[in-house]
Formats: sequence, C-alpha cells, structure tokens
Amino acid sequence: MSADKSLSGRVFLFGDDIDTDQLAPGQYMKGGIAALAAHCLEGVRPDFAASVAPGDVVVAGRNFGMGSSREQAAEALKHLGVAGVVALSFAGIFYRNAINLGLPVLTAPSLADLTEGERVHLDLDNGRIERAGEKPALPLDPLPDNLKALLADGGLVPHLKKRFAQERQKEQGR
Amino acid sequence: MTASPTTLAQKIVARAAGRPSVAPGEIVTARVDLAMIHDSGGPRRVEPILQDLGVGLFDANKVVLISDHFVPGDTDEGARILELTRQWAAQRKVAFHDGEGICHVVLPERGHLAPGMLVVGGDSHSPTGGAFGAYMFGVGATEMAGVLATGEIWLKVPETILIEWRGRLSDGVTAKDIMLALCGRLGMDGGKYQAVEYAGEAIAALSMQERMTLSNMAAELGGQAGLIAPDGVTAAFLQDAGSDPAGWGDWQSLRTDPGAKLLEHHIFEAGDLAPQVAAPHSPANSGPVGDAPATPVDVAYLGACTGAKYQDLANAARILKGRRVASGVELLVAPASRRDQDRAARDGIMAVLEEAGAKLLPNACGICAGYGTARLGEDVTCISSTARNFKGRMGAASSKVWLGSPLTVAASAVAGRITDPRLMLAEHAGGAA
Ligand code: SF4
Repeated sequence: MSADKSLSGRVFLFGDDIDTDQLAPGQYMKGGIAALAAHCLEGVRPDFAASVAPGDVVVAGRNFGMGSSREQAAEALKHLGVAGVVALSFAGIFYRNAINLGLPVLTAPSLADLTEGERVHLDLDNGRIERAGEKPALPLDPLPDNLKALLADGGLVPHLKKRFAQERQKEQGR
Repeated sequence: MTASPTTLAQKIVARAAGRPSVAPGEIVTARVDLAMIHDSGGPRRVEPILQDLGVGLFDANKVVLISDHFVPGDTDEGARILELTRQWAAQRKVAFHDGEGICHVVLPERGHLAPGMLVVGGDSHSPTGGAFGAYMFGVGATEMAGVLATGEIWLKVPETILIEWRGRLSDGVTAKDIMLALCGRLGMDGGKYQAVEYAGEAIAALSMQERMTLSNMAAELGGQAGLIAPDGVTAAFLQDAGSDPAGWGDWQSLRTDPGAKLLEHHIFEAGDLAPQVAAPHSPANSGPVGDAPATPVDVAYLGACTGAKYQDLANAARILKGRRVASGVELLVAPASRRDQDRAARDGIMAVLEEAGAKLLPNACGICAGYGTARLGEDVTCISSTARNFKGRMGAASSKVWLGSPLTVAASAVAGRITDPRLMLAEHAGGAA
C-alpha cells in the first residue's frame, strides 16, 4: 500500500451520458445541497455519496452532465469533496457551471487503463492524473487560460468580486 | 479584398464581441443583448449572488423574467417561489410575463427577440431563440448572475454543424420527427456543444413554430445553439409580435456564406422520414413509429415548449376532430402559452380537443418539469410531445415516457396504444362525413 500523501484520491469510474437528473435528482432538490448531495449518482451507484471522500476523482465517458441547466449537478459533486471530474467529453452547460462553481472539469484524450478505486492525484497545475506505482501519469487536455483563472479564483463569484474590487481601486486611484 | 466566407454563428458572435471577425475555437468576451430568466433558476438563485457581489442589474431593460416552472403554484413551495419571483420583478423593474406561458414560447411571442442578437437564457432549452436567427444559449444560475451583473459572457467561438434537409416532409411528419430522428442518428452529444444550424428546402418550408421545435431540441443534440438563418417567415412572425425591423440591422446578411468552413455537414432527405417515437429513457432511443411495439399508454401528454404551441395543438386537432380518446387513457393538454391557447380557441381547435376528451392544464411547464402536483404516477406509461424522457424526470422513477410528435400523441391517445398518425390522417382523408 502506498502511503504517499499526494496520491490520496481514488478513481470512481462511470460510463457515458451521466445526466443532471442522476447528479442532482429532481425529487431531492428541495432539501438543500447537503440532502441533494446524499443522493448524487445513486441511480447508477447507490453507495457513491457514502463512499466518496475529499480528493477522489470522478472519471467518466462521453457527454458527462447532459440534461438540464441546474447547477446543483456540479454543486453536489463539489459538496462531496470531489477533486474534479475527468471525462472524454462534457455537456456544455454542465461544464460551464462546474467551472463557475470552482469544480475542476477536464477532458482527457483517452482514459487509458484507469481502474475503479485506483489511487490517483488530480494534478491541475500540470494537467494530468498522477497514478500510483510505476504507471505513467495520464495527460489531460489543457484548460484555456480564462478558465484556469476562474478556477484559480475559486469560481465565478470570487472572480467577479476580485474584479469589482480592482475596478473600485482603480477608480479611487484616479 | 473580399472577406473570407463565415458562418451565421461567427457573424453574430463577432458583432457581439465588437470584433470585425472571429475564428472558431477563439475565446471571446461578448456583450449580451438580452438575458431571459424564469422562476426556477431566476430570482431565487441569482438575487443572493447579486447581493453577495454588491451590484445591481447591468441593464434592467435587457432582462426578461417569465414564470412557468412553478405555475400555477399548487404546492406551498411553488407558491412561495412565485411570490418571490413577483416581488423581484417589481423591485428590479424588469419586463415580467407572469403565468402567460413557457419562457421559450413567450419570449419571441412578445417581441423580445430579433435576428442577430446574442441572448443568454437561464434554461437549457434556450437554443429555441436560434430559430429567429439569434445566438441564444442556456447557462446555470451562477453564470446568469454574472451576466446580470456585468452584461458580458465568455464564449468559445463555435464551429458549425450544418444539418440540411432536402426535399419536403410528407404529410403527418413534423419538426418533432426530424429532431427525434436526429437524436437517434447523431446521438445526444452529436452537437458537440457547437452551433447546430438547420437549412434546406424542408426547413425553409416550415412555419416559425415548427422551426422553434428544431432549435429547441438542439439542446437534446448537445449543441450550444440551434440556428436557422432568418428569412421572410421569421420577419413576418416577429413583426406580428411587435418587433420593429428597423432595429434588426442588416439581418438579411445573417446567413452562412457558401464555402464557409464547417465542422460537419449532414444531408438528409425529408421525403424519406416517417413519424418517429423515442422509447424510454432517452430521446436518442428513436425510430419510426411503425417499428415500435404497439405499447398501451395510460397518459397522452400534449405539453411543453417543444410540443404544445399553437401549431402543435392544431396538428393534434387534425387527428382528434370527430374522434374520442380511448377509454382508460388520459389526454392532458397544457398549451404552451395563453396567447396560443386563445388563438386555438378562436379557431375552434380547443373545442375539438375538449370534445375528444382532453383535460386542460395551465399554460406552464407542468408535467414536463416534474414539479408541483401534476406528475406521472408509479408505472404509468406516457406518450408525450415533450423534449426529454429521462428516467424519473416527469414523475415516478417507474414511469415510462415515450416521445412523439403532437400528431403521434393524439393518434396514440385515440388508439390507446402507440400508433402511426398517418393511418388516422388517411382515414380522415378517405372521407367519413
Ligand atoms: S416545458 Fe419542459 S423543456 Fe420547456 S422550459 Fe419547461 S421544463 Fe423545460
């Protein structure tokens, strides 16, 4: 067993077309994010919310997050401490929502032989998944600079706060 | 030097970004001409963020609020959300359409849209605005709050996937059938979050409301937008809705130039298309209705932005005239807007539906959104004119939703099982008194 702290995350593998109703089931929307997150992905994997831990990485196939514009889909994953989602492709609105909420989402050219439960670390700075043992890191597609900046600030709201504060400062400096 | 050929999407995005031209893949910041929000993703979610940011609306005249998801407010929660929505509209002094119908239908119907606009909507079916030659797309609540605060949004300039339908649709085949067929053939990520554009003789021949169905369901294809180049049909509809062409700029140049670089170009023969149904639980599970098992249905639902506009009700009435819904089947009709319902009433269409046994629901999202009291019960099988049949969306997880055109929904209601509407159209034409 690796005691390497930097590889404290585990892979949770999912298939294609995971939709927003799976991530944030409509019937639990009333109860607030904690209650909603408790049912995140239960339709495909009943034990997900109970077993996922901070630092874990959700890895999926194509079109992750398809469906509605409800951003609780991304919020639920963030609430559970998921370090990020890596998929072959994302549905556009989910992708934007995730970045806006500060949840890293990255596409990978291939998922190689990543396995369920494998020890990993999502390395955002270098855009890759580090893997335990001798396995080479899995490269991820680079994020555009504007999205990197958004994520670095923790999402759209903190990003805008920073920008507004800078604008106010400029005005006062004049 | 002549400018190189560009797509409709590029032209709109370039103007909104204040640039002479833009290239696909570039990231730009665009000014938003209009922002649309509804009661579910709107005030209750954006106001706390605006408060947190300490700012107001970028321009109250460019914000339209429409209540539809929680209308008629038949639960405590729904009533509370509607109340909050109404207060916010008054406080923030934005255009507000309350209980007048589903946002994607009300927005153009009330003259808010124009060709060439860049519009952001707080709902995933926002691509509907693309039917009018506007680049309209959906965002979540946080991003909407950012738009309301700044009037700006970032965009990755889209590639264009051109979907051309040649020839003419045959009688009994509609825009909804086109979209179900496309979901099946291209898949729900076939749009690759790029600009889907519909073109060709069959598209040009469609009414404005049929075109809206195409653009609406660009969402099911996973496109960011679902565009149709504006033409005389567009202009007539918008003028009728009170939009002034003087404000549309050079709208006739809003089209994809011949030779513009496309990501994909698909060509289909409209005449070959049969009415389609999509089996539970995905719009991509589609195929000709004739190939589907003659599944018995409990509920037939004519509703939603994509399936209960005036034209959709008129189509259903073609089948239902002089017929009755099969015993044991509930036909529920939620006209997409009050204006469409009033027009359908004037034209005798509502009377036909009611005589056939239809039960009328409010002009709202209703069962499609799965909110409120109107939901599908355990094990109910439903044929629905809506856009999505994901598991559990419209009610119990054990309910099964098939998707079809309003014609197919009506025909299936009469037969009590999933049925090809052309059989009944032929019977009518065959001339019973
Ligand atoms: S009718 Fe359905 S698809 Fe249309 S906006 Fe309402 S919930 Fe969405």
